Amino acid sequence: MSQTAAGALTPESADGSGPPADNYLTHAHGVRSWLFTLDHKRIAVMYLVGILGSFVLGGVFALLVRTELIRPGPTIMSKDMYNHMFTLHGAVMIFLFIIPGIPAVLGNFALPLLVGAKDVAFPRLNLASLWLWMIGAVFFVVTLHVGGLDTGWTFYTPYSTETPSAVIPAALGAFVLGFSSIFTGINFIATIHKLRAPGMTWFKMPLFCWALYATAIIQVLATPVLGITILLLAAERVLEVGIFNPKWGGDPVLFQHFFWFYSHPAVYIMILPGMGVISEVVAVFSRKHIFGYRFIAYSSVAIAVWGFLVWGHHMFTSGMTPLAAMIFSALTFSVSIPSAIKVFNWLATMYKGSISLATPMCYALAFLFLFGIGGLTGLFLGTLSTDVHLHDTYFVVAHFHYVMFGGAMIAFLAGLHYWWPKITGRRYAERWGQLGALLTFLGVNLTFFPQFILGSRGMPRRYYDYAGLLDRHPDFQQLHVLSSIGAYLTAVAITVVLGTLIHSVFRGRPAPANPWGGATLEWQCASPPPYDNFASTPTAGDPYAVDEFEYDPAIDGYVRRSAPNPPGPCPVPSHD
Amino acid sequence: MNHRLAAEPGPDRAPHVVPLGVLLAVFAALIFLTCVTVWVAGIDLGEWNLFGALAIATVKAALVALYFMHLRYDSPFNALLFVTGLAFLALFLGLTLLDAVAYQPDIETFREAAKAR
Amino acid sequence: MTEPHAALAAQPADHPPHLAHHFDTLRQQFEAGKLGMWLFLVTEILFFGGLFCAYAVYRAIHPEIFVFAHHYLDKNLGAVNTAVLIFSSLTMAWAVRCAQLNQRRGLVACLAVTLVCAGVFLGVKYVEYSQKWQHGLLWAGWFKPVDEPGDPANAPSGEHGEQPRDVGIFFSIYFLMTGLHGLHVVGGMGVIAWILVLAARGRFSSQYYAPVDFTALYWHLVDLIWIFLFPLLYLIGP
Repeated sequence: MSQTAAGALTPESADGSGPPADNYLTHAHGVRSWLFTLDHKRIAVMYLVGILGSFVLGGVFALLVRTELIRPGPTIMSKDMYNHMFTLHGAVMIFLFIIPGIPAVLGNFALPLLVGAKDVAFPRLNLASLWLWMIGAVFFVVTLHVGGLDTGWTFYTPYSTETPSAVIPAALGAFVLGFSSIFTGINFIATIHKLRAPGMTWFKMPLFCWALYATAIIQVLATPVLGITILLLAAERVLEVGIFNPKWGGDPVLFQHFFWFYSHPAVYIMILPGMGVISEVVAVFSRKHIFGYRFIAYSSVAIAVWGFLVWGHHMFTSGMTPLAAMIFSALTFSVSIPSAIKVFNWLATMYKGSISLATPMCYALAFLFLFGIGGLTGLFLGTLSTDVHLHDTYFVVAHFHYVMFGGAMIAFLAGLHYWWPKITGRRYAERWGQLGALLTFLGVNLTFFPQFILGSRGMPRRYYDYAGLLDRHPDFQQLHVLSSIGAYLTAVAITVVLGTLIHSVFRGRPAPANPWGGATLEWQCASPPPYDNFASTPTAGDPYAVDEFEYDPAIDGYVRRSAPNPPGPCPVPSHD
Repeated sequence: MNHRLAAEPGPDRAPHVVPLGVLLAVFAALIFLTCVTVWVAGIDLGEWNLFGALAIATVKAALVALYFMHLRYDSPFNALLFVTGLAFLALFLGLTLLDAVAYQPDIETFREAAKAR
Repeated sequence: MTEPHAALAAQPADHPPHLAHHFDTLRQQFEAGKLGMWLFLVTEILFFGGLFCAYAVYRAIHPEIFVFAHHYLDKNLGAVNTAVLIFSSLTMAWAVRCAQLNQRRGLVACLAVTLVCAGVFLGVKYVEYSQKWQHGLLWAGWFKPVDEPGDPANAPSGEHGEQPRDVGIFFSIYFLMTGLHGLHVVGGMGVIAWILVLAARGRFSSQYYAPVDFTALYWHLVDLIWIFLFPLLYLIGP
């Protein structure tokens, strides 16, 4: 796809309004120029292709699971196959899609542009990260072919040490993907520390950079623990080292501590960059300066650090002691504070703003609604007494899908649509984009809202059959049907979204340098950006001074108010 | 080298060179402390054997980090990173240990019951 | 640290050869690299942290296993290895000093000595491992001690009282920790050998010695981890 994209864009005008003839897509040709590139923008595009492929694969697994559950008893697959399907859905979506999703695609593309740099600090490490992602993906494909995986994405012992399914290839895949994620994190921290343009102090950085920085802290501090946990699991299966196996005096609950020390902070790896995207989108499409800049910035770091203190809330029913459970429950409540700070600041940004319902903003509004529900239902689960009732029910499934799909995925789509004109140099059809956002919003709600009801009434997660529950809860049938219909609607919505975006690559109008009126530095270079991003190092001003830009119908984009000429391929000098 | 960069100060320009005497002194201290820790281990101090050994190891590690790894002369931020890593390790170890030790009696009770059956 | 990308062959004339295109100055590049290296070391600390955590948990709940089983380890070999590794750390720090001072022969010599020390360390480790293998003193699932009367390695089973339950878990932790550490030594040897070749070719100078410096940081961390492993595994009690 990338190849064709490059090809389709080549013969464009260089008159300043359309894509410049020499940009990062056309700078070099051939497969090798992509696979061995050190350009952060090309690496981001390759990540995008891979990640969307994984998303589609994981989505197919989800559709199969929902189809199986459309009526009680066997529908389309065996019980065993069902266990494989929900496991692979979770593993592919989490390890291959959501964790690298926003940082490796949008972060990789935008971060150096946002801070006014020519590349990330370590371009080779960035390429290595992409290659490790590909190797990880290959491990998952191997897993599919040599017996699948039926442990659930959490690899809980002791089942994962006993099952005949292909735990080791999947575990090694997750291990490799972990290092891919670590490399991205190291790169981003070093880039933000050392490569900011002159004038860009910490508090003049776009909030997406703050979010990526906070994410990178988690990637660096938490992911190694996943690595060693997974190595121990593999050693358990191959060598019988017994650390997690009661047979040799080991402790399976210890595995859960190890696993969640990574995997709870990993939840914030998934959502924090999404929050950063929303901060950008809300300000630009409200045509207002972001409200509470410092609070949003600090809250990102607070979430990153606080996120390390709450992992035990996954283990309230695992035999944890009441003392530890109370500590973890109290800490879990307090982590909701920085998230709420962000939401209130976004709302305050929109207040009295001149809101334009362009596609990215539609996603941002959907994010606020869905993340609100996802976040608030988390409090039910952080409460010890209610969690005992709700643990391992569909309530949990609905909660984290509202956060992961309604939060991370919607924010990914918001960011993808926001930066799409910059990435491809093309504009997508706005109406179709909005339709895709609306359908996605409806689909997600229809899929997951019934699951809250199912879960609160006792429908356990990961069950193949619910015939035995229908005597007491006959309405479970309808709720499952509604949820499955929602899944199909979401599939239609994603088809519309991807169709719109792919169509724009071939048929879209050329995008101006600044289609939305953003004040961050990436909008100062051409769409798509030249190979080197900035011909001369730009000087940064206030990233949210959006009122300094006005719409110019001649180029269907925004220009600086005082500037007599529209911005060309070179950055506009500083303003203060 | 070109003129623009030649004028520029920085670690590549004027790197902090640790005096050889310092390196050798640190080495001697490390070897001495290794002997001390082996000697202390030979004395039965009960619980304190562990803490004594860890204290000596920590001093040795600090010497390595400060002098061999240049942290004493380096940007304070790098030292902060190192300490942050240790702090998060302590957090992980501490909370896990707190819980794992606390639920051991449950495991023992279960084992006794399983044996009785 | 990074050579310019092929597509960027047309560098501005005033761009020094070791400066990548996206950095403005050598200083900026050096500091970014150093920051990246420290971040990597932090990940290493937490990577080993999982094993330290497993050690702490089992030592806390079953101290008797550790007191009993550590007698099977050879304190003297452990101490020798500690000294060897500390010495290699000294030569590595010395190597950085040589690079900073443009002492090419000193740099090559220091790196070579470091490499030899790493080899000695692994050799001693091999002796220890093969002894354990011969006596069946392996990790939990494969723990089958061979009872050979008169063998000094087996003396403790009588001397130090009844063998506690699940002794194999100690050897699991021993092999996991020293094994992972050993892999890091092997990896470090590979990098040092590569740096040695470059140093012999005169690639480093006081202008450009980042690879030596960063490799040294890694090597010191490997030493630092061993400084904790030695007392935790070999010196548990009298």
